[in-house]
Amino acid sequence: MSERTKTAPAPLDEVPLRRKGPSPLKKAGNYLVMIVITLVFVAPILYMVIGSFKPSDKVLNGLAGFIPEDMSLNNYTGVFARFNSPATGYFYNFYLTSLIVSVVVVVGGLVVNSMAAYALARLRWRGRNGVLLAVILLVIVPFEAITVPLFYLLNDYRNTYYVQFTPFIAQAFSVYLFYTFFVGLPKQLEEAARIDGAGPWRTFFYIVVPMSKPVFASVTILTFLSSWGAFLWPVMMVDQPQFRPLPLEISVFLGQPPTDWGQIFAFGVMLVLPLLVVFLIFQRWFIQSVASSGLKG
Amino acid sequence: MSTVTVPPSSEPVLDEPPATKRRDTRAALIMVSPAVLLLLAFVVVPFIAAGWLSLHNVRLNSGRPATWFGLEHYTRLLTDPEFYRALFNNFIFALIVVPVQTGLALGLAMLLNRPLRGMAVFRTMFFMPVVFPMALVAVIWKLIYSRDTLGILNAFLDAISFGHLGPYDWLGNPATAMLAIIILSIWQGVGFQMIILLAGLQGISPTLYEAASIDKANAWQQFRNVTLPGMRNTLIFVVLVTTIFSFRLFDQVWILTQGGPDNATTTVMFQAVTAAFTENNVGRGAAITVIFFIIVLLITLIQRRLLREDREVS
Repeated sequence: MSERTKTAPAPLDEVPLRRKGPSPLKKAGNYLVMIVITLVFVAPILYMVIGSFKPSDKVLNGLAGFIPEDMSLNNYTGVFARFNSPATGYFYNFYLTSLIVSVVVVVGGLVVNSMAAYALARLRWRGRNGVLLAVILLVIVPFEAITVPLFYLLNDYRNTYYVQFTPFIAQAFSVYLFYTFFVGLPKQLEEAARIDGAGPWRTFFYIVVPMSKPVFASVTILTFLSSWGAFLWPVMMVDQPQFRPLPLEISVFLGQPPTDWGQIFAFGVMLVLPLLVVFLIFQRWFIQSVASSGLKG
Repeated sequence: MSTVTVPPSSEPVLDEPPATKRRDTRAALIMVSPAVLLLLAFVVVPFIAAGWLSLHNVRLNSGRPATWFGLEHYTRLLTDPEFYRALFNNFIFALIVVPVQTGLALGLAMLLNRPLRGMAVFRTMFFMPVVFPMALVAVIWKLIYSRDTLGILNAFLDAISFGHLGPYDWLGNPATAMLAIIILSIWQGVGFQMIILLAGLQGISPTLYEAASIDKANAWQQFRNVTLPGMRNTLIFVVLVTTIFSFRLFDQVWILTQGGPDNATTTVMFQAVTAAFTENNVGRGAAITVIFFIIVLLITLIQRRLLREDREVS
C-alpha cells in the first residue's frame, strides 16, 4: 500500500459489483441483520428525541420511554424559561458561545492552515523544510498533552470567547491535510497562471483554492465536529454561564437537581440539531472527510 | 491524529528569475506566519511549559511564586496507587475498546461493502452517533444506565430474561462502571472507524477476489488472504488512533462518574484535570500530562515501526 491516494477517495456509494446477487433468502437475512444493527445505533437517539417531547415523568419509564405519549413542546419552552436570568445564563448565550467559537475556529482555521500548507507545498523559500518537519512533529501532540500548561498560561483570560477559540485556529493536522492535497494537485494550471504573470497570492486564491473543494470540505467538517463538541477546555476555562458553550452547559444542567429529563433531552436535541442538519445535508462530504482522514500512511 | 507520511514538497513551478524568487519568499513568509505564530504560542510554548511546570510547585492565585520541586511530582505519581489505578483503567479501556471496536467496525464495513440496495441508508444510520458530541452522548446514556427498573437497559434485560436479570446499578457499581463507559464510547466511535475501514475495503482490487474465487478460496480464506493483507495499513492506523483515543478518555468520565465509584473509572486525563483545576496543583497536573504525552509518543513510534516493516517487505 505504498501508493498514496492523491485526490478525494472515490464515492463510497459505488460498491464494486464483484459477485452475482445472493439468493432472496440470504438477502432477507442480510437485511434483518442490518435492521437489528440500525436499531442499536438509532435507539438512544430516538429515545432522546421522543423524550424531549414527553412530560418528564414519562421519560424515565422503562421501555415505555420509547412510546410517544402526551407529546408537546413544553420541554422546549421550559428550557427557555429556565435559562432566563443572569444567574442561570440565557439559553441564547450558550448557543451564541458555541456558534462564535465554531465559526471562528472553522473559518479562521481554513484561511490560516490552507495558506501555510500552500507555502509549504508549492513555494520555494529558505527554512521551508524545517517548518514542514516541525508541523509534522506537532501533529503527534494531542491537545490533552498541553491543556494543563495552557490553563496555567491563559488563566487571566478565563471566561471570554477568545480564550475558547484562539488556541484552536492553527492546527498542525489541518495543515497536514491541506499539504498532502496540494502536493497531489496537477501543476499545469498553476504553471500557466505563473507564466501569465500571476503572483503566488493570485495563483493560490484563484487557481488552487477552487480546485481544492474536497479538502476544504473535509477540514471544515472535522473542525466543526470537534469545536461544536468541545468540552475539556471549557470545563477548565469557563465558569460564568454567559460564556458556557452548549456541551458544558448540558453537563451543568445534568448536575442540578431535581433532574428534569424532558428538559435535558430538549436541550440535547437543540444542541445536536445544527450538527444533524449539516450532517444530513452534506452527508457525502462528511463520510468522505472521515475516510480521507484515514487514508494516509 | 498522527502517524503520517509526508510526500516531498513539489519543486517550484518554474525556474524563476531572482525577482520572482524574492516575491515568492515574501509571500511564503506571510502565508506561513499566522499558522506558525499560533502554533508556537499555543502548542510549542505550552508544551515546553508543561516540562517546566512539572518540575515546580505551582499554584494559581496563591500569590506565591513557583518553587523548584525537582522530580518530586514524578516520584509521588509513580508511587501513588491512585495514579496506577488511572493508568490501569486507561489500559483496560484500550485493551477492550481497541479490539472490540476495530472488529465491530470491520464487520460493519464488510456488511456495508456488499452490492445490496439501500446500503447508503444503513451507512448513514451507523454513522449518525459520530456527529453527536461526547458530552451529549454521556447525558443520553446516563438515563439509559439508570439504576432502577425504569432505566432502559435494565428494562430491556428484564424483558429478554423474563425478569431474571437486573436491575443493575451500572454506573454506581465498581464492577460495571468502566464497562458502561466502554459501551457508550464504542457506540459513539465505531462509525468513524467503520467509514475509514470501508474506504480501505473499497481500495482492494476486485480482481484479487476474483482470482481467489477461481482458486476456490472460501469466504474465510478470502478474508484471511485478501482482505486482511490489503487492509493492513488502514487497520494499523485505526488501531493507533483508537489506542491514543483510549488514553485521552475524559468527557464521559467527567460527566458520568467523576472517576468513581472507588476510582473504578478514574483516568490519566481525569486526574490531570482534577490535580490542576480542582486541587490547584498545576505542577502535578503538568507532570501527569507529560507522562500522558510519553505514552502517546511510544504508541506512535511502535506504529511507525510496524508501517516501516511493511514497506520493507513490499
